[in-house]
Amino acid sequence: MKENGLESAIKIGDLRKAFGEQRVLNGINLQVRQGETVAILGRSGGGKSVLLKLIIGLQSPDAGSIRVAGQEITKLEENELNEVRKKIGFLFQQAALYDSLTVEENVAFPLSRHAKVSTDERSKRVHELLADVGMDRDLQKMPAEISGGMQKRVGLARALALNPEILLFDEPTAGLDPITAAEIGELIVDLKRKRRMSAIVVTHDVHGARTYSDRMVLLHEGNIVAEGTFDELQSSQDEFVAQFFGYGSRS
Amino acid sequence: MIHVPLFVLAATVSGAMTGGRLRDQVPVARNFLVAVFEWFGDLGLFCGRLIRAALAPPYEFGELLRQCDAIGSKSLPLVALAGAATGVVLSLQTRYSLIRFGAKAFLPAVIVFSIIKESGPIITGLIVSGRVGAGIGAELGSMKVTEQIDAMEASAVDPFKFLVSTRVIACILMLPLLTVASNFCGICMGWVANTLAEPISLRLFIEDGFKSMNFSDFLPPTLKTAVFGLIIGIVSCFQGMRTTGGTEGVGRSANSSVVLSSLFVILADVVLVRLILTVWG
Repeated sequence: MKENGLESAIKIGDLRKAFGEQRVLNGINLQVRQGETVAILGRSGGGKSVLLKLIIGLQSPDAGSIRVAGQEITKLEENELNEVRKKIGFLFQQAALYDSLTVEENVAFPLSRHAKVSTDERSKRVHELLADVGMDRDLQKMPAEISGGMQKRVGLARALALNPEILLFDEPTAGLDPITAAEIGELIVDLKRKRRMSAIVVTHDVHGARTYSDRMVLLHEGNIVAEGTFDELQSSQDEFVAQFFGYGSRS
Repeated sequence: MIHVPLFVLAATVSGAMTGGRLRDQVPVARNFLVAVFEWFGDLGLFCGRLIRAALAPPYEFGELLRQCDAIGSKSLPLVALAGAATGVVLSLQTRYSLIRFGAKAFLPAVIVFSIIKESGPIITGLIVSGRVGAGIGAELGSMKVTEQIDAMEASAVDPFKFLVSTRVIACILMLPLLTVASNFCGICMGWVANTLAEPISLRLFIEDGFKSMNFSDFLPPTLKTAVFGLIIGIVSCFQGMRTTGGTEGVGRSANSSVVLSSLFVILADVVLVRLILTVWG
């Protein structure tokens, strides 16, 4: 698992996934090193979100290997997979907050299930997590009563609840105004600096990704067509990469 | 899934009316059969996962209690009202029939036997199918399409343990208790309706009604509603958990949960009544 002296947090080999006749991933190879943030870019429906769901075991691949935190997750039983999942935080595209629970209860949910702490300690930890993402008020509100940006913050606090080694972000800035999107981007940079976690960020936001990612991967028709830093990809001669970064930069 | 039989029926009727050939109906019937087998196959896998999740520790007692409250106590007013209405109607209808045959003295026994042995359990089963089946189908369906169930799995919490098994067990536990409540209201209101027409003391009514009733007349019909609860819980959770297609899909899941669970409750009642009569006579 070690490469260039750094251990891989995630290592994906020849990963394939199809839904019926539609092939979504055609043999993806990807490695994310400890502490590295990788942005996955690509057109809508290109398999980016499917890739994240495969990494956390919400879907099963047709072929290929997925090693997360040193374990091959494609061969694990449900209870073993759950142990790996505790090391991963997942921020969903629409935040996916439990709509029957308050903001505070949403963040407390993973802690109440997995962390053996007293109610007071749990409550203190929930307040700390929410303060870290700039949500120190409206804790008793229901998810439907707060804005999309606030829902993303609460979702991020919930994803961080179990102190994960790896964070997966599915379109963290989608559907948000530019100011809120920039704030979420800053939060990711802040988390990266403070916690040194490995992360994969699926996004369309090329400029946002430039600020928080160490490396970018461009996914097209189920294949990785380009990989590198923003500057490397922007100067690519490949037609699709140039087109994507051209539009991305203008937008 | 429930649209398939309707489609087959429509295709058959329209084919017959327009002189369509039987050969044209074969693919439709084949697709229907495949859909039925797929549905039962998926249901079998769902039940397997449910049993594994329900038996393996840790147990979600807190959530189970919350579901018992949501399914049991919150259904109580509706079930009690339905039971009471059944008692009144039974009393009114049976009274005139028995007078015609000169058997008016049997009225309390007829009301008590009808309610305890059949009306109470089946009315409770159908009322809970409607209220709880739709609720579970819509709630789980909504959680499914908004990725809340994925979020739960991503948090290393098994949704089959936390969401499905608690709801199914709560349905199994609550149905017999709701049936007892429904029976009680039905018998009381049967007496009220009867005494308005011809005054009779409650004590005499109860004594007459229960005089020839054994424990075996009460226990099997009441406990059979646990099977109704199992059916309602499993079918509505299954329909909710396989929801696709956004808000429209949630509506379809709620609808199919009610229709299928009511249908299976009625079919199960036929089998269980036969079984009870065979075993207890």
